[in-house]
Amino acid sequence: MRREPPQRLADYGPLFFPAGMLTVFFVVPFATMIAVSFFQREQGGFYTAAFVFDNYARFLSLFFGKVLGFSLFLAVAVAVACVVIGIPFTYLLSRSPRKIQIVWLVALLSILSLSEVMIGFAWSTLFSRTAGITNLFVWLGLMVQPQALTPSFGAVMTAMTYQAFPYTVLVLYPALVRLDPTLTEAARTLGASPVKAFFTVVVPALRNTILATLIMVFIFALGSYLLPQLLGRPQHWTLSVLITDQAIYQSNMPFAAAMAVFLVLVSLALVGLALYAGQQRQAK
Amino acid sequence: MSGLNLSHVTKQFGNFTAVNDVSLSVPDGTFVCLLGPSGCGKTTLMRMIAGLDLPTGGSIELGGADITTVPTHRRELGMVFQSLALFPHLTVGENIAYSLRIRGTPKDAQKKRVDELLAMIHLPGFADRSVAKLSGGQRQRVAIARALAISPKLFLLDEPLSALDAKLREAMQVELRQLQQRLGITTIVVTHDQREAMTMADTVVVMNGGEIRQAAAPVDIYRRPADSFVADFIGQTNLLPVEADSAGRASVLGEVVEGIALPAGTAKGLLSVRPEDVQLTAPGHGAIAGTVTFIRDLGGAIETFMEAGGAQVIAVSAPRNRPDVSVGQSVGIRLDPATSVVLAR
Amino acid sequence: MTALRRLFFFVVGLFLALPLIVVAGVSINARQTLAFPPQGFSLSWYGQIFTNAEWRNALIASLTLAASSALLALLIALPLAWFLWRRIAPWANIFQLLGVAPFTLPPVITALGLLTFWATTGFYGQPWTAVISHGIFFVTLPLVTLSLGFSAIDRSLVEAAATMGADDRTVFRTVVLPLILPYLVSGYAFAFVLSLNEYIVAYMTVGFTMETLPIKIFNALRYGYTPTMAAVTVLFLVIAAVVFGLVARFGDLPKLLGAMSDER
Repeated sequence: MRREPPQRLADYGPLFFPAGMLTVFFVVPFATMIAVSFFQREQGGFYTAAFVFDNYARFLSLFFGKVLGFSLFLAVAVAVACVVIGIPFTYLLSRSPRKIQIVWLVALLSILSLSEVMIGFAWSTLFSRTAGITNLFVWLGLMVQPQALTPSFGAVMTAMTYQAFPYTVLVLYPALVRLDPTLTEAARTLGASPVKAFFTVVVPALRNTILATLIMVFIFALGSYLLPQLLGRPQHWTLSVLITDQAIYQSNMPFAAAMAVFLVLVSLALVGLALYAGQQRQAK
Repeated sequence: MSGLNLSHVTKQFGNFTAVNDVSLSVPDGTFVCLLGPSGCGKTTLMRMIAGLDLPTGGSIELGGADITTVPTHRRELGMVFQSLALFPHLTVGENIAYSLRIRGTPKDAQKKRVDELLAMIHLPGFADRSVAKLSGGQRQRVAIARALAISPKLFLLDEPLSALDAKLREAMQVELRQLQQRLGITTIVVTHDQREAMTMADTVVVMNGGEIRQAAAPVDIYRRPADSFVADFIGQTNLLPVEADSAGRASVLGEVVEGIALPAGTAKGLLSVRPEDVQLTAPGHGAIAGTVTFIRDLGGAIETFMEAGGAQVIAVSAPRNRPDVSVGQSVGIRLDPATSVVLAR
Repeated sequence: MTALRRLFFFVVGLFLALPLIVVAGVSINARQTLAFPPQGFSLSWYGQIFTNAEWRNALIASLTLAASSALLALLIALPLAWFLWRRIAPWANIFQLLGVAPFTLPPVITALGLLTFWATTGFYGQPWTAVISHGIFFVTLPLVTLSLGFSAIDRSLVEAAATMGADDRTVFRTVVLPLILPYLVSGYAFAFVLSLNEYIVAYMTVGFTMETLPIKIFNALRYGYTPTMAAVTVLFLVIAAVVFGLVARFGDLPKLLGAMSDER
């Protein structure tokens, strides 16, 4: 059995089903969405085929600018928080015994797969007046009486960091596990303390990985659609929330589609940047 | 015409020619070693014989039939891979029975054949073991047994012993040769180890740069190398410049050596003299003048390194003929014309 | 250093565990109040998931959707990963990219794309559209594990099988499939667990005709609190932990997640 380019039609056989499925149910829907973003909205939740830029023109409003600005700011804040905690954590994890690594990986995967609905529910419980963390503070004498911590920006930020943290660790994990351990050992023999070795050797060696991870987590956070709704005030709503809202509750598909296309462009630009950073890393 | 015949086989990868116009006849039942340094094209040549690579030119015949483009699985081969390629998900017995199983051989016949083969490789009762639990030598034997399960027309081995330690390797070489002679199967082994090739082969095929430099019996390869590459690659040799003087006599390192003749019409060449054919004498009397630079006593043999006329000359002697010399001493070097070979420079 | 590391791990662990501990606490409250520490002890809310028709139907819908869409994802990913490994066809990598895209982009985008697609084709709301939608959305996971699995197969094994007389089909059945099996199982497990928990794609495609558990919880959140939500959350967490624990037990989790070798 030689590995060579497919020659007969039958050689392409295995590709038919996957290619067909991905084309019909991913490429075509994507194209449909782009098409709809140029459609004309009708009253009552319907839309007709057209080619107008009205839906994109709405981006130019102050309201939309604020939402976009807040979405980007929130995603950046979450990405930075996750990476700042995630790098030392993943580094230490990758140097831990294999058994400990596996336990943490199972836990992180479980939390990562936990529905956003459930994460939102869990945090709203933890931040609630009756069952929340403030009861603990009262018991400790730090507070006079329990209070609700939601809705607030802090609640949104905390829950989103919670949601994105396992993702961050799993993105960083391969790079950190493969990092040559003799690098830090060499730094240690040259007189660097463990903490100093981490900051002078590990962090610089991973500069591009860190940049790529920041971008990946940024996109991940950009996709959060429920937490801002469940834990924040309307001014904390992000682009993803707005898209859902327009599509489902306002029945304005063309505008939702236009926002989604815009979000794709932002994400793609950033994925491109992440890939570019990755290539720079390989080139070195 | 029976046996394996390669005619003008060529393989190009892009601009790189891995195998260049190779022709070779392997009669039935012979043991052939493809020998050469890494990158000489020997593995590529074997992969083309197995059908794992397709030649870009030339043809391959087996038993009178052209098999150049026949898919590997229809060639009725047995092959042992460098990595051994034992299936990790199968037991020893299942590995050996694989080629029988996929041909639909009945279960009891499979079992009988597996037991036969396990007995042959001195591992009876190993059928239900996991291949992961075997030692290097045992894995080796299982790979050999697996390749021989269907009594193939052609038995191919790609660097089969390279993973073993030196002692085990030598023992396996002898065992493999005895097995081949018992079964009378046409066998081709790829190796970079000249001792291995000399031990096992009827015919050693020395390759370099994608071409065959010499194909001959081991002793002929050693005694009558076809060119300076073969002379240098097989065993140890002194390659000394030889020139014709004004009278037409051959002169080596400034001294005329009787009994050596350059081919007619050439004035220059290289003389290949095996170290065991170099004799040390007192200086003068027509011997080549040299100075001892280093003596290596290996216990079983003594190597004397000398500098003579800007070249290094090595002599090897048995302990009972230990030369009475020391480093720095001037000596005379005598070459045996009967065992020396003149090669093109 | 060790003490510092322990403290750091503990703090991170606490941050990750705290909301779940509270949820586990409220799920065993005796009365239908949101209170922590729990007042009284009752497992009746866990019973509710199976006895209350609405919750049970949602559970069945979720399990059916997860089981079938993970299978579909596998059926798409396996031939694709096999083809990419078996053949030299750089252009086919475009499909690899398409397979990874849905999971990399914000989920709202895939959800909205599928919503417009099903609405345009007139199938909007059909339960099977959710299976296809999730199958496409999660194809990334088996695709990644299988690509990893194929790259781990020593090609000389396949060549050895060929020299022993196995054709392409036989090689696949007798060598490739047994070796790829752990990656097949873990790919399915990943897709299954994530599909079980997925909200937005399911909501946008079949949200008005079918209730999966995440949809049910979200709807319940808007109409008031019931401890069953907490019970479901704990149940799902346990399912995920058990599934990933099994993957770790029978497979090589660090390797699956990108660590290079299996020793360390």
